[in-house]
Amino acid sequence: MELTLFWFILIAVLFVGFFVLEGFDYGVGILLPFTGKSDRERRLIIRTIGPVWDGNEVWMITAGGALFAAFPHVYATMFSGFYLALFLMLMALIMRGVAFELRDKHQALAWRRTWDGAIFFGSFLPAFLWGVAVTDLLAGVPIGPGKTYQGNFLDLLTVYSILGGLTFLLVFAYHGAAFLGLRLSDEGLKRRAKLFGQRLGGLAILSFVLFMAMTHSHTDLFAKGAAAMALIAAAAVFVLGYLALQRNSFKGAFALSSGAIALTTAAVFLGLFPRLMVSSLNPAWSLTVENAASTPYTLSVMTVAAVCLVPVVLIYQGWCYYVFRRRISDGDLGH
Amino acid sequence: MEALLLSRWQFAITTVYHFLFVPVTLGLSIFVAILETRSVAVQNAKRRSTYRKLTKFFGTLFLINFSLGVVTGIVQEFHFGMNWSEYSRFMGDIFGAPLALEALTAFFLESTFLGIWLFGWDRLSPKLHCACIWLVALGSNLSAFWILVANSFMQHPVGYAINNGRAEMTDFFALVTNHYVLGEYSHALAAGITTGGFVVLAVSAWKFLRDVPSRPVFAKTLTWGALYMALGIFAVMGSGHLHTQYLREANPMKLSSMEALWETADPAPFAAVAKINMYESKNDMEIAIPGLFSFMLYNRPEGEVRGINDLQTEYERQYGAGDYRPDVVGLFWCFRIMVGLGGLMLALAALTAILSLKKQIAAYPCLLKIIPWLLPLPFIANSAGWYVAEAGRQPWIVVGLQRTAEAISPNLSAGEVWLSLVGFTVIYLILAIAALYVAFRFIRHTAVTGEGGL
Repeated sequence: MELTLFWFILIAVLFVGFFVLEGFDYGVGILLPFTGKSDRERRLIIRTIGPVWDGNEVWMITAGGALFAAFPHVYATMFSGFYLALFLMLMALIMRGVAFELRDKHQALAWRRTWDGAIFFGSFLPAFLWGVAVTDLLAGVPIGPGKTYQGNFLDLLTVYSILGGLTFLLVFAYHGAAFLGLRLSDEGLKRRAKLFGQRLGGLAILSFVLFMAMTHSHTDLFAKGAAAMALIAAAAVFVLGYLALQRNSFKGAFALSSGAIALTTAAVFLGLFPRLMVSSLNPAWSLTVENAASTPYTLSVMTVAAVCLVPVVLIYQGWCYYVFRRRISDGDLGH
Repeated sequence: MEALLLSRWQFAITTVYHFLFVPVTLGLSIFVAILETRSVAVQNAKRRSTYRKLTKFFGTLFLINFSLGVVTGIVQEFHFGMNWSEYSRFMGDIFGAPLALEALTAFFLESTFLGIWLFGWDRLSPKLHCACIWLVALGSNLSAFWILVANSFMQHPVGYAINNGRAEMTDFFALVTNHYVLGEYSHALAAGITTGGFVVLAVSAWKFLRDVPSRPVFAKTLTWGALYMALGIFAVMGSGHLHTQYLREANPMKLSSMEALWETADPAPFAAVAKINMYESKNDMEIAIPGLFSFMLYNRPEGEVRGINDLQTEYERQYGAGDYRPDVVGLFWCFRIMVGLGGLMLALAALTAILSLKKQIAAYPCLLKIIPWLLPLPFIANSAGWYVAEAGRQPWIVVGLQRTAEAISPNLSAGEVWLSLVGFTVIYLILAIAALYVAFRFIRHTAVTGEGGL
């Protein structure tokens, strides 16, 4: 296999891991103020992602690092082109990360409310912005002949990309509701998680269908059989998950929403290939696995590293989930 | 032009802010791991419980610090692409690899096992739980290693070739074994141990005076903190000394700028203080010790050291017209601040260690009162050290290969960078205040005694 192809796939895998894992973290953060009425409930909710959110976020950092190492031009063009969007996202992630740590260190209600707000916005904003960014990547952005982004922040916000952002937001929030139902033991909280899951899931289905329709008219994704099939399968799997939630199966709902997120991410990358960033100005100016890649030498060094290290990471992250497999109850708040 | 200057400020502020927390992470993670190891190893139930409480006590301070280090680290990684896209294009083939390896080997390790450690007190056996904090410490150190591999290439490029208008990696092994990494990493780790030790020392001194029930416990950590810090400073001085000698071949311009040595000399004098005149490329006034600079570099009283003016002429010949001198004034004084504070901290650590080992420390409340107020010292020294390292490679972003001015993202407007610069700075300040508030509250209200829980 060509090394550039291997790295295209690996980056797609990293984004799958990121969206599936960090997706429910964002979802839990978005739902926090609505599902958690009392401080006890909010602590229970935060506790479900307490041990794992930081490790999940590393999937994003690793995806960024892998882009830098394997396709430096994509890293350069995307990160400088999406400057203000990334600035907003970083601000959100900074507040969110610190909020998890500082929230419980002080009893005062106003203190905790403030950090809850930081967790909410810190989850809401990145979920939305990632949706916008992925949609923009599919639709193409103004990239000039020198691989340089030639637009501004507002060029990134179109009806289509905002719909994409909304879809990500709803899907992640729903994904978070399914996760909460799976991880909590408090019946009242589980009921509320289901209620929010149902409402958000319904909206997410609507939004996803609209998103597919606009993807059909705004991008060339449906010209590729595999990509089209993956996207349609994602929608079908998502609906199945929604039905599982109706029948009170949080396990089914969560597994299927994970599958739907993974399939959507796969569809995006299949639709993009061999491009990583599409130029809306001239197809020849798009960044591809060929013109944006590192040298074969660097790619081979990194391939050896990735083949050795990624399985190890998967094992110990899996072990982490295994250690904390028991549902969260009041006894876990002693810490 | 304005976007360039603002981007440099933004990067500098983020780096300095990030590196307030990193040394504490490096030093305190190992200290907490040692405490927990002791709690697993000792047989006496009471001592075991005390060690466990201390692990949790300093572990909590570690966590508050760690969370700030992590979030600012993400900003660092994104910055290269956001503000320095032409650098990322030119250097990506080389620079991306250590960054990706840092994420794969270090970030996953430290974040996953910290989560397990934090929430796993009742879920894991004591030994396994202790292993988790050692893995966190290992992850933090690996992280420092990889980012310094990347930084060392910027200071002293090795294992590369210039092809197709960019720097391409030809020898990964050379990159990792770059002599420059050895100096930077050992120095940074030792600075981390010093800083972590000072945190333990300062907290213990405060608790010793103000929290009488906890006094017996913190009398012990006072000694350990002082010893740990003294160990760190010895290593800082040793690694710093060797690295400075190595700079003679690796980056002579930085070396001579640190000492404001304008003209080549053999033996070269060491200026203790100088009034530096950048415009006329000379010192208007200096108090110099003859031959000392040569002695520091060669371990004997003679040896040629090349001056800034000679190097400037040579670089002009090599790279074309331009000013290749870094900020000599800043380098000269920051170097003195760093070294001076190092000496002061060594004296402080040694004095405290001796007094507390002789069990006489309680007779010197003045010393204990002053120690917490001196806690900013290692942080000032760390920042001054990074100023020397980073300002010392200017005007280059990668010495000899790319200038800082060529590295900036061409699509950025000054307005965009103003917005992010102000935004980041404000949020850094707010979070620093919040974290300090929480840390002080925790220190004040948490007793560590023989009885009760933590």
